[in-house]
Amino acid sequence: MGLHLIVTVKQVPDTHNVSGDAMKEDGTVNRAILPTIFNPEDLNALEEALKIKELTGGTVTCISMGPPNAVEVLKECLYRGADDVILISDRRFAGADTLATSYALKCAIERVGKYDLILCGRQAIDGDTAQVGPQIAEKLNINQLTCISAVTTVDDNSITVKRSVEDGYEIVKSRFPALLTITGTANEPRPANAKKVMTYKNIGKELCNTSYDESYLTSDACAIVNHVKEWNVEAIGADPEQCGLSGSPTKVKKIQSVVLSGCESRQVASSDSGVAELIHELIEENIIG
Amino acid sequence: MVELGVIKGMDSKKNVMVFIEARHAKVNEVSLELLSAADRLSQELGGSVEAIALGHNLEGELNTLGHYGCQRVYYTEDERLTHFTSVPYAKTVVEMIKKYKPGIVLFGATTMGRDVAPRVASALKCGLTADCTDLQIGEHKLKETLYENTLLQIRPAFGGNIVATIVSPESMPSMATVREGVMKMNTADTSKTVEIIKEPCTIDDHDFLTEVLEVILEEKQVNLKAAQIIVSAGMGASDPETIALARELAKVLGGELGCSRPVVDSGILNKDHQVGQTGITVRPNLYIACGISGQIQHRAGMAEAKRIIAINKDPQAPIFGLAHYAIVGDVKDVIGKMIKAYKTKH
Repeated sequence: MGLHLIVTVKQVPDTHNVSGDAMKEDGTVNRAILPTIFNPEDLNALEEALKIKELTGGTVTCISMGPPNAVEVLKECLYRGADDVILISDRRFAGADTLATSYALKCAIERVGKYDLILCGRQAIDGDTAQVGPQIAEKLNINQLTCISAVTTVDDNSITVKRSVEDGYEIVKSRFPALLTITGTANEPRPANAKKVMTYKNIGKELCNTSYDESYLTSDACAIVNHVKEWNVEAIGADPEQCGLSGSPTKVKKIQSVVLSGCESRQVASSDSGVAELIHELIEENIIG
Repeated sequence: MVELGVIKGMDSKKNVMVFIEARHAKVNEVSLELLSAADRLSQELGGSVEAIALGHNLEGELNTLGHYGCQRVYYTEDERLTHFTSVPYAKTVVEMIKKYKPGIVLFGATTMGRDVAPRVASALKCGLTADCTDLQIGEHKLKETLYENTLLQIRPAFGGNIVATIVSPESMPSMATVREGVMKMNTADTSKTVEIIKEPCTIDDHDFLTEVLEVILEEKQVNLKAAQIIVSAGMGASDPETIALARELAKVLGGELGCSRPVVDSGILNKDHQVGQTGITVRPNLYIACGISGQIQHRAGMAEAKRIIAINKDPQAPIFGLAHYAIVGDVKDVIGKMIKAYKTKH
């Protein structure tokens, strides 16, 4: 049948491994010194798309919005088997909140044109908002299935998935087109393929930035891509007012580095007697029974 | 001119609206917590607390909302809304917000709230802040305009290394999601009543795009929210032997095993154990933090424990700034001594 699958991916600072000097003295984050990684759950979304493609045939197109060096995560997509990759990059996208981000990605997806399924990671580790996926779905006026921990079946016109919820899970089905957000437990992302790394590691970017090119369509033939497409505001036909900071209703009023509330803590010796005394005291005070 | 749906003589922008989450025809606790928060915010604004409820045969449940300060609930009843599905729920909520024009709308940061709220914010082109740990009313100056009585949406950001205050005064309404357990629930006042206003369901059959084939309930292995004692493991206690000891300590004390986010991200424990901003917020009598450095992200979920013991080999660990008892030492060794000391006393 051949499905057209789109995966959105994000390059994120590795917030799980932030060292002390990542914070500037004024309390802001020094992004420059932070290592960047492929957002973990986006890798799960890519893996799920590749697995669906192996089942049904078709194409996997990956889209990322970010600065020029975000091209690295798109190359990672090619190393794992993506057919086409697109970087949405423009200074005018900077400072975007989730609404402006989903608007830009929606414009890019409309430019790609054909799609049956859009797969996103549930959330990115730098914001943990889980908002961009559902907002893309709303802007495209398509259905969404969030927090997906497994794909059960895929047929010609619908997908059945397992949706994790607080008190268990649901098995839900949707016709195409639909947007899915994938959780980290859905699969084990495949490593990069060595042969593909050799093929793609030195490819360049092709700027398609002058004007909206109606002739663009994802090719059904899976030819080897020889460049990463780079699209700007004009290329995706976006309204600059709805992009970046100007298209973002949320503003950061202030940022504080974390100040510890002054709680007087009592030092307890780690010796046998120190620990025993503490336990005894807690029993006496009925904190523990 | 009185606008449709807005009560005459009242400034609807002062009203705070809560999305009521009902699963299996029962109102979720997080909704009652949000009503309690809305009660506080609306008093500051001089407005009222309203709610949006969707579902089937919920009427009996909705009376409870009044006990927590809700004055009016707009209830869309339809059998097709028995189970949550994204598009019909989002469209209904958008319609209610357009009709009643509240200044603030709050959602639980649950799988349902996190699914529906962004979709609603996208349709209304308004701001939405996820996982707030505090909500306040304040002012914000943007260019030359001073916005008074705007919602200050406070959340740890960037992996918990900073605390950000977010505002969205130019778009209406201001929206936020809040995790379960973060806002304190008011004591129920059973003398207070709520006005239930029935709304017609205008959703077309074509918008029911998701078919719910099966709903499977799984009992949770841990119940952190109800635990009075929590022994929590961080990366400094994440090796198999230390985790096993932490689990044993929790067991002998009659408590539960918690953990920090990296322990869940590394696949060592499942998410039901996670304490913190994106996990569970707890208020136990005793919290024993084992090998937890104490990032704000984690502290947001346990700072209100009545007593905190921190065990860490690094005397500079931020967790000590919060602890009532600080034990600098080898985590595994200290936990072992605690178990031994407790068993000796009993």
